[in-house]
Amino acid sequence: VCIHRVRSCSSIRFIKSKYVCVFDKSALKFSHQQRLFRTSAVSCGQIVQFKLSDIGEGITEVTVKEWYIKEGDSVSQFDSICEVQSDKASVTITSRYDGIIRKLHYSIDDIAFVGKPLVDIEIDASKGVASEEDVVETPPMSHEEHTHQEIKGHKTLATPAVRRLAMENNIKLSEVVGTGKDNRILKEDILNYLAKQTGAILPPSPKAEIVPPQRRAEAVPAAPKDKARKIPVPVSRPIAFAGKDKTEPVTGFQKAMVKTMSAALKIPHFGYSDEIDLTQLVQLREELKPLAEMRGVKLSFMPFFIKAASLGLLQYPILNASLDENCQNVTYKASHNIGVAMDTEQGLIVPNVKNVQVCSVFDIAVELNRLQSLGSAGQLGTSDLTGGTFTLSNIGTIGGTYAKPVILPPEVAIGALGKIQVLPRFNSKGEVFKAQIMNVSWSADHRIIDGATMARFSNLWKSYLENPASMLLDLK
Amino acid sequence: MVLQSLKNCLWLPCVLRTPKACFWSTAGGGLIIQSVSNDIYQNLAVEDWIHDHMDLEKQQILFLWRNSPAVVIGRHQNPWQECNLKLLRQKNIKLARRRSGGGTVYHDLGNINLTFFTTRKKYERMENLKLVVKALKALRPQLDVHVNDRYDILLDRQYKISGTAAKLGRTSAYHHCTLLCNADKFVLSSVLKSPFKGLKSNATPSMPALVKNLFEEDPSLTSEMLLDAIAKEYAVQHQIDHHITLINPADETLLPGISDRTKELQTWEWVYGKTPKFSISTCLNMVYKDSVLDVKVNMDVKHGRIEVCNIDLPEQWLPPGLYNELVKSITGSKFCPNETTTLLTTLLRLCPQDDELHSRWSLLCDNMIRLM
Repeated sequence: VCIHRVRSCSSIRFIKSKYVCVFDKSALKFSHQQRLFRTSAVSCGQIVQFKLSDIGEGITEVTVKEWYIKEGDSVSQFDSICEVQSDKASVTITSRYDGIIRKLHYSIDDIAFVGKPLVDIEIDASKGVASEEDVVETPPMSHEEHTHQEIKGHKTLATPAVRRLAMENNIKLSEVVGTGKDNRILKEDILNYLAKQTGAILPPSPKAEIVPPQRRAEAVPAAPKDKARKIPVPVSRPIAFAGKDKTEPVTGFQKAMVKTMSAALKIPHFGYSDEIDLTQLVQLREELKPLAEMRGVKLSFMPFFIKAASLGLLQYPILNASLDENCQNVTYKASHNIGVAMDTEQGLIVPNVKNVQVCSVFDIAVELNRLQSLGSAGQLGTSDLTGGTFTLSNIGTIGGTYAKPVILPPEVAIGALGKIQVLPRFNSKGEVFKAQIMNVSWSADHRIIDGATMARFSNLWKSYLENPASMLLDLK
Repeated sequence: MVLQSLKNCLWLPCVLRTPKACFWSTAGGGLIIQSVSNDIYQNLAVEDWIHDHMDLEKQQILFLWRNSPAVVIGRHQNPWQECNLKLLRQKNIKLARRRSGGGTVYHDLGNINLTFFTTRKKYERMENLKLVVKALKALRPQLDVHVNDRYDILLDRQYKISGTAAKLGRTSAYHHCTLLCNADKFVLSSVLKSPFKGLKSNATPSMPALVKNLFEEDPSLTSEMLLDAIAKEYAVQHQIDHHITLINPADETLLPGISDRTKELQTWEWVYGKTPKFSISTCLNMVYKDSVLDVKVNMDVKHGRIEVCNIDLPEQWLPPGLYNELVKSITGSKFCPNETTTLLTTLLRLCPQDDELHSRWSLLCDNMIRLM
């Protein structure tokens, strides 16, 4: 309370030191009165009862629906205080004063009465109490003023009192750094700015990071030919940054990720990467895309990657297994439920395509389309998100080449696919040709998977994709 | 035709000067504007923008708009209580929360919306509605339409064809209302019926009413005719020219900051998070193997997030640690099927790989999510 009062009661010359007030309130009050030669014996702040003004249409009572402030908050004139409702009309009640909220007279869902006190606000003694008028007493800002601000590209927030102060001192509001809520320009911002201009000496503010920018630029380093003379060093002042840290609880998608990845930590990962030449696959897909479109399905590369993985898992079933908690038993899963990492607006989600071992490439494409549209709409069901046995993450659609994916328990392997790049490579005749190259990075659980198994699986998967015709031989 | 030519007239000379100033200031005490967009969020954002930025002292504004299928709830309402969210998601019908009070409405292109912007002092709903009735009668004198004391417009003394809501700020106010021309009554009645049982809340409830389209009374009426008739009456009453200026809610130069407002209206925090605190006390009937389990669920939801959750499961149905994990997980999370599904399916990854356990867990999850 006292801090607020000190700020507004003082002149430019002295008290900017907010820390002084932490101590004896009464002592400071008296010293103030001496210096300012106050004649009126006013208490530290005056409590004003802000009454609920007339809503119109003869309405006498409203229901309080939401408070925008709580007791102890400081408010500026025109800040929203609460939302009340009356007969299908929602009314935003704004504050008439600058001050601190001392008491809320109603709780949510209470009936409030027109003409009765709504909140108690402690206002600055220096300002005095405004006469009891309708809330709508200041003329609304003319539309030209609004337009002017909008043209500048940002709205400078400041109460009329602050604006008047700026105008009286010929200060352009756009040049002042606002330190209030929403970068609002407060009275002390104007005073700070003025102090800088006049060169008044102020004690250092306890909040070191908020320093108004230097108006006059220091001398720029001279041209090389003047090296002989002394070169004035430019003094750079830190740029004022009014940002604040924001802490919020971890919930929802982030919480899910925290749980999954913390569990994944227990798995000893090893990585294995390789380069795949997709030149033939790219061509094949170009041919098949219109066929799929005729059947109403979008065909990407993923269905091929997924089917090839399943064919590989048939040869190396340990990659489609699960290790129990005590690492005593390995369960070889019969179904190849291949998960596809998806990036949605809310975060990471991994639905899976069920039983890939009995699906055709087209079936997989259909299912992927379904999962993708449900995923972006936020409507995936529990069965879509559970039962996965192996995962592929196509991070390459966003970018990147090599990655280090994290295994999603209870699985034992995962593959991350980089982007497809056109790179020069040598063919069998030793000639350089344009190849469509994609990198794959596998991670596997080293407790039951060894490097050789991973490498052989990867080679098999790679051979299917580099020579798609070979997939035909083993397709079930 | 009138609209198009005037649109050109109004825009061309203004290209060189600041378009905004030219657009907004007209001769006379009124301005009639119509949105070219059918997006509920964009149109609601225009209302917000005008309410916050325009000086309505010298001229009042009439805003005409229509939306593609959407359910619009009032500022202090509970979407779970007011509509069938599952049906909305299935039919891809948007859900929006407006800033004015009042009840829930269904919009589609067969419904027209009128917003009357005035200063706070000149806020007068009855006058506006009488204007609409006068316009309707001028168009079709035989129509039996009148305004009741709840600010509804009734057809034939019994069918509601228009509902009203209002928003009052410090210096300006707006009153908007709907008008049913040719809306899909079947969809309307099915989406506005909530299957939710056991919900206790102080949110503003809606009053269901018998509705009828004006089209049913007189098939020669179209939305365009109605819009035009109302604009004409407004022009007469405000002594201005009867022309409607088209406005594009995506125009950032005309309405600076409009895209941020549009985005805000679409956030989960606004649409669902602004729901007043409510509690749920219901019973899940879970069919498991050959029996039906009656599981009592109690939840408190504040700001759209689960504050407290209690599920009365049969003893040892789930390993005790897992039940606690479940409750801990969803406490603090959004009362939202997507988030709950993600969290609960994640938990399944971390428990022993037991088919029996998995099927029980999935059953419980599916039932819980059905509530949301």
